[in-house]
Order: sequence, then structure tokens, then C-alpha cells
Amino acid sequence: MVQDNGKEPTLALKLRVWRQRRGQPGAFEEHSLAAVPTSASFLEMMDMLNEQLIKAGKDTFAFDHDCREGICGMCSMTINGMPHGPIPGVTTCQLHMRNFRDGETITVEPWRARAFPVLKDLAVDRSGFDKVIQSGGFITVRTGSAPEANNIPVPKPIADEAMDAAECIGCGACVASCKNGSAMLFVGAKINHLNILPQGQAERDRRTLSMVKTMDEAGFGNCTNYGECQAHCPKSITLDVIAKLNRDYLRARVKEFFSSTGKPSKGGD
Amino acid sequence: MKEASAPMNLDPKTPAGPLADKWNNHKAKLRLVNPANRRKYHVIVVGSGLAGSAAAASFAEMGYEVSCFCYQDSPRRAHSIAAQGGINAAKNYQNDGDSVRRLFQDTIKGGDYRAREANVYRLAQVSTNIIDQCVAQGVPFAREYGGLLANRSFGGAQVSRTFYARGQTGQQLLIGAYSALSRQIGLGTVKMYTRHEMLDLVLVDGKAKGIVTRDLVTGAIESWSSDVVVVCTGGYGNVFYLSTNAQGCNVTATFRAHRRGAGFANPCYTQIHPTCIPVHGEDQSKLTLMSESLRNDGRVWVPKNKADCTKPASEIPEESRDYFLERKYPSYGNLAPRDIASRAAKEVCDEGRGVGQVVDGKRLGVYLDFSAAIKRLGESEVRARYGNLFDMYQNITGENAYKQPMRIFPAVHYTMGGLWVDYNLQSNIPGLFVGGEANFSDHGANRLGASALMQGLADGYFVLPYTVTDYLAGEKSGSRPSNDAPEFKAVVKDVNDRVAKLLSINGTKSPRYYHKALGKITWEKCGMARDKAGLEGAIRDLQALRKDFWENVKVVGSGDALAPELERAGRVADFLDFGIMMCLDALTREESCGGHFRTEFQDAGEAKRDDAQYAHAAVWQWTGEGQLPARHVEPLVYEETQLSTRSYK
Repeated sequence: MVQDNGKEPTLALKLRVWRQRRGQPGAFEEHSLAAVPTSASFLEMMDMLNEQLIKAGKDTFAFDHDCREGICGMCSMTINGMPHGPIPGVTTCQLHMRNFRDGETITVEPWRARAFPVLKDLAVDRSGFDKVIQSGGFITVRTGSAPEANNIPVPKPIADEAMDAAECIGCGACVASCKNGSAMLFVGAKINHLNILPQGQAERDRRTLSMVKTMDEAGFGNCTNYGECQAHCPKSITLDVIAKLNRDYLRARVKEFFSSTGKPSKGGD
Repeated sequence: MKEASAPMNLDPKTPAGPLADKWNNHKAKLRLVNPANRRKYHVIVVGSGLAGSAAAASFAEMGYEVSCFCYQDSPRRAHSIAAQGGINAAKNYQNDGDSVRRLFQDTIKGGDYRAREANVYRLAQVSTNIIDQCVAQGVPFAREYGGLLANRSFGGAQVSRTFYARGQTGQQLLIGAYSALSRQIGLGTVKMYTRHEMLDLVLVDGKAKGIVTRDLVTGAIESWSSDVVVVCTGGYGNVFYLSTNAQGCNVTATFRAHRRGAGFANPCYTQIHPTCIPVHGEDQSKLTLMSESLRNDGRVWVPKNKADCTKPASEIPEESRDYFLERKYPSYGNLAPRDIASRAAKEVCDEGRGVGQVVDGKRLGVYLDFSAAIKRLGESEVRARYGNLFDMYQNITGENAYKQPMRIFPAVHYTMGGLWVDYNLQSNIPGLFVGGEANFSDHGANRLGASALMQGLADGYFVLPYTVTDYLAGEKSGSRPSNDAPEFKAVVKDVNDRVAKLLSINGTKSPRYYHKALGKITWEKCGMARDKAGLEGAIRDLQALRKDFWENVKVVGSGDALAPELERAGRVADFLDFGIMMCLDALTREESCGGHFRTEFQDAGEAKRDDAQYAHAAVWQWTGEGQLPARHVEPLVYEETQLSTRSYK
């Protein structure tokens, strides 16, 4: 932090940044950047690099970002091989330059995952996540049809557990950090949020089966318990959501098997 | 300023009858559309925040064909997500005397009597439905051990009516609305267009009949025809460059609609939030809000003596601390409304008693101290209530707020002005509806905490579905024009020309340079305190900056790919024109009210309203490129509210 008697410390950095156009192969570009204040966020450092590029008449690096306060889930850089960089529990926008050393070389890449194709430079397409939610990540309640809120008591421990899972911001760091490109932490978080609440019971099995099916179709890999996702989740979602997802999935499959009458479905949905 | 160049229809269409009955009576008279006919109507919703997502989901549930557009990569990322503190509702679960009438009174008083009475009453009425809807969707609101919903108190109210989900109520409510929207997308009833930015509005025979967008990934400029256009694109806080808004938040959709004839109401009503992390340096891109809920347990102070300002807080004894909010406003104390708390902080810093680092020759920060709360409740309870905010503070400043007080300073946070709408949330352009922060209707000159989420969802879930249906009932189904119509082609050409122009100037200064320069002018001259000479100077400076922009901006990248600099340039260009209008509005409102504080109009530091002259909404009309807009007024009629001087003492 800045002291009254002194200037803010600054860093001189070497940056290796990924450059790619959609559908074409990419490569690293190297740039030097001087006088980066340690109080700047990582994205503000990237802004400085882009302003330097504009001055030189070169194209800037495209990267996703929006709220810059760690909640929208839009920012998505792999920094020195780690999604959201070296500090646990923060998004790239909340990573500050005081965590880097003067003279350091920093490597900046997009999310690396088959299910997240690169759109340009550091920006990727994460619409696979939206598709998973569209297939079941909701409680069906039409506007206007809700009962009085306090008619559905939710024990505090359940509400707190649902909230722990609901903190997921859908950034995709779990997928980017996983060798398999698995989205199990993301899907597990959503399943845990909705499946443990009383409101979520009616669609519990259907939701689980449908979301897992869509997850597989969207090109996400399987979970083999590396645990990298937990280590890089900026909201510190833990692996037990995956265990509970597996449990709910098994439960739904077993129930589906035993409730099957062998007759074709009558439809209705 | 030109006086009224062309007439504007500003009939608020407020229903007759007692305030408490207006909405129900009105709903009973609104026309309906037969369920089998609804699929023949195409509704465009622009923006996917609380208002947009809620509206799009609700329209689709009703059976309309819906298209929804957002600039983010997923509708879940709209900036409603960043709201931290909570959402108000008149449930009176705390048995502390709350009621619809009380929430209405607090909101209209909080807005310094510059909002439309009937709209505010309706907002208070539907607030209770919102909580029901959100709980049913699975929003994990805070609970008591009995399993029922918990509440906290918030600025500007003496009851506890705020529902919350840790420090991320906005994200949880948005995920609720997003899940409802996602369900409809999955069912095929909503077509979702992410990474699309609305760049213009298309009018056919004077009615809104579609939009023109740019696909941010491919650069394609496309037009979309519809029976009605609903714009829920948020506020214009980024006209100040540094604000708590997301980087992408912009005025383009509403300003483009304004250029096509929609009135823009009260642009000078901007809210400065008292509890943000102070500015740290030149390359800063964003200011971060610390939830107002912190003021429940934090005490705001500065040293009594200037000489103490450079000392660490721990070395300043209790008797040398000035708890200025508690001193000036004993009955509300640290929970005084946002505009009042912000100005009080500015005042002590202007006196030279601010703390923290020196920016532009001043220490712009005050302490928000939790030591008393930690002593009273224990650190673990404080952590349970505000842990994520303390963590965020530490990430940004490198300081531990459990050990030393936070430093805070006001920052631009919300904008109460917006496109003018009538009681039905329809602008003066038929078929153009506006919801959420993008309209001007409910917060007057100042918004109370925990009311933005309430308004966004009220508009989206419980107002627009009724009023848009009434409009569509008057439009023949299947009558919408094709997007091959000449009106569409003309607008597409305008948009293409503008994009080409921005890319071709090839000057020397980046779009961010102009955005920063714009922000410096608006913050200094049209920020927390405003005066005539400053505003006149700001308008001249902005006109010069605007001219410079169109001659010297350099936009790198290409039109056929993801081009962040092109996006920024287009938004900054609109902000420059908008900034001039905002300053003009501040200049011509010769009174102080809510967030609009003119130093010439005050009573020993308190805002001095002029109800005889200014109990109206100022509505601005576009008069042409480079021209000053024209001012119109909608008088505010108060049937049941006694206008009084706001006092929180």
C-alpha cells in the first residue's frame, strides 16, 4: 500500500500472452510492460498493456471481464498455468499485482478446455454451461404461482448448505483446471443448491439426470478425482458437491430403473 | 437550451381512484390477449438483468415468442449480479410496524419527493410477491433457526424489511430469474442472443418495431423485427468513468432510443454510494462497493483534528474521533440515507479531515470501524455477517479490516434517471417499454438501499407482463413488418456507417483516454456537489471533448471479430453526448434534491428543494446531432403525500 512518504512500488514485467483468431491456431506474443503499480488489479495491468498496444497501432488482446468485483464470473484467464492465477479463492479481477515480483515473466492464456473453444485471444465460449442449466438447473415455478414465502420453512443448516453451493459464479475455472475438462464441480454445485431445498424436491431426479446428460453431450469430461477444480475455484466450492452429485445421480438412476414399467412413456412433458 | 421544439406526449396515464386501489383497478381494466394468439406476437427484450430476465421468462411463460439480447457471454452475468446487500419487501415478518404504506412512504421520502406517487405505491405493493416468487425458485435467502426468513435493516428505514443472501443477494436473485429464463430457453420459447449489443431502435409508423444489433463475436450487424420492444439495459453510471458499475455497463441502448425520439427523464439524478473503497491511482478502472449493510454494525468516523489524519487509526483515542453521522443525524446515525451520508463524508474530507492516501491533493476517505461490533458480537459473528466483504476489502487494499478500520469514500453507484415512462412503463414511443434501472420511474432523486433489486423484479415479473399484454392487445397479430422493410434497412445503414466511421478515424488517442477525460469532467462538475459556473464549464468542455473524439480517436481491431475497442468507442461516443445532457439537466434544475446537490441551494449543508418550481420530472428531447436537447416537463401530482423537508436528524 502507498505510504505518505514514498511512492507506490511499481513492477516491470515480461508478458507472454496468447494471441488467436477464432478457428485458427494461436501462439504466444511477448511484451514488456513497465511501471505497473502494485495496487493495480491483474485486469488493470492488462488494460495498461492494451493501451500500450493502441499507442503502437497494434490490435489489443481481447479478454472477458465485466464486474471487476469477483461476482459476475466473466473474467477467465489462465495465469502462469493456473486459472485465475496463484492466489486461492479469488477471480482474476480480484488478483492484484502486489502478488507478483518485479522483473517476473507472466504467462497469460485462455481457459484450456475442449468444451470452451477460443473466440479470440483470451476469450472463450462457455455457452456449454448455459446449456446444462437450460436442461434442468431450475425449479419450475411460473411467475405469479408462488405460495406465501414463509409457508415453506427451510431449516437454517439446509439453507446455509444450499447457499454454499449457490455461491458458484459459473466462471469455468473448474473445467479449465481439470485434466479431463470436467464440469462436475459446476454441475455438482447447482445440483446441491437445488436438490437439498424443499422447493427443489419435485424435480430432483429429473433435474439430475437431465443435467448430467447435457453435461456429457456438451463435451465436458469425466471426474477422476484430481481435485484441481476445488483448488482453483474462486468461490471455494468443495469436492463434496461432486460426491453428492454422484449420489443423487445413482439414486435417480436406480429409481428410474425400478419405476420403469416397460411401457413407453405417455409423455406429458 | 432550446425550448420545446416539438411537442412530447408526457401523459403519465396514472389511473384514477385512491392510491391503494389504483393498480388493482388498472389491472382489471387492462386488455388481454387470447392464449392461442400469444404465440403470434414477437417480444424483444434487451438486457438480461433482473428486469430483463424476469420479463423475458414471464412473457415466454405466458406464451409469447420472445427474443432476449445481452452483451455478456451469458445472461447470468448482467450487473444486477453485483448487488450485495438485499431486497426490500413489506412483509412485516419482524412485527415492527411495516406495511405497504410504510414502504411506500419511506421510498417516496427517500427519493426526496421527486418520484411519481402511483408508481412508487405499486412498487411497494408488489414487493411481497417478489419474495414469494424468489423463494419458490430456490433463492437461498438467510433463514432463522425456525426455518423462516430472516431480515436485516438498511439505510433510510426504521423497520427491518430487507431480505438477503449473504453478501450476494443480487447474484442469487439473478440466478433465480436466469433459471426461469433458462427453462424457457430450454423449452424453445425464448431465443437467447448473448454477446449481442443493441445499437439502434427501429420505428415503423412511429411505433417501436424492432432493433439493430451487432454480434460481438462475428461483427455482423443484424436487424430484428418485433411487435414490441422492452429495454431493460440498466443505468448510465459509467458516464463518470470510475463507478461501481461493471465495465460494460453503458447508456447506448437507451441513448439510441432517445435519439429516435424517446424522452430521457432526470439524467442529473445520480446516486453516490457512501461505502466504497477509496480511489488508489491513475490506472484504476473501477470502484468497488462495500455493501451498505456494513453500516448496520460499522461506525463511521474521522479524526477531530487534521493533525491526526496521518496517524494510524489505533493511535487516535476515542475522544479525538468524530462520529459525524451519529453526531449530525442522531435518530438514523450510521444508517442515514445514501445521499446524506455521502455528502457528510465529502464535507469532512473537504475540511481536510479525510484519511488514507492523498489523491489530487486531498485525503479522500473516512473510517468505517467495526471494533465496537467485534467487541459486542465477537469476531466470528461479524465474520458470519460480513466475511465475504472483509475478504474482498483485503484482496483490494491488502488490509485486514478485523484489525484496523476500513477506509471508505463515496462513489457513483446507481442512476435514478432514465428513459421516461408512463404508469404502464411505456415510453413516449408507442411499443417501447422500459424496465429496471433503465427507466426513471420509482426512485425520484435518490434511491434507498435494497430498492433496486425490488424495482427490477417488480417491473419484470409483475408489471410489464400486464402492461405489455395490454399494448399487444391493440396491435393486430401478424401485423409486424418484415425486417426487409425500408425502415429497417435505413437503420442498419446508419449503424454500419457509424461503425465504419469509428474504425476509419485512425487518430492518436484511445477510447479509454476519452472515457477517462469524460469521467474527470462529470465527476468534478456534476458529482456530489454541483454549481452553475461549474456545469456551464462542463458543458463547454464536453462539447470540445466530443469534437476531439470524432477527429482523433483511434480504434484498433477489425469490424468482423471480437473488437473490445470498437465496443468501447461506440459506448464512449454515446456517453459524451449523454454527459452533456446530464450536465444540462443539472444546470436547469435550480434546486437541490436527493442526489442532486446544487451548492447555491442549501440550508446549512442540507438540500433545499423548491417544490413550487421543480416538483416535476424534466424530460429531454433529442433535437439533432451536436445540438443541445430540449427540455419538457411532467408535473408530479401528489394526491396523498404531504411534501415535507426530509429530516433524518
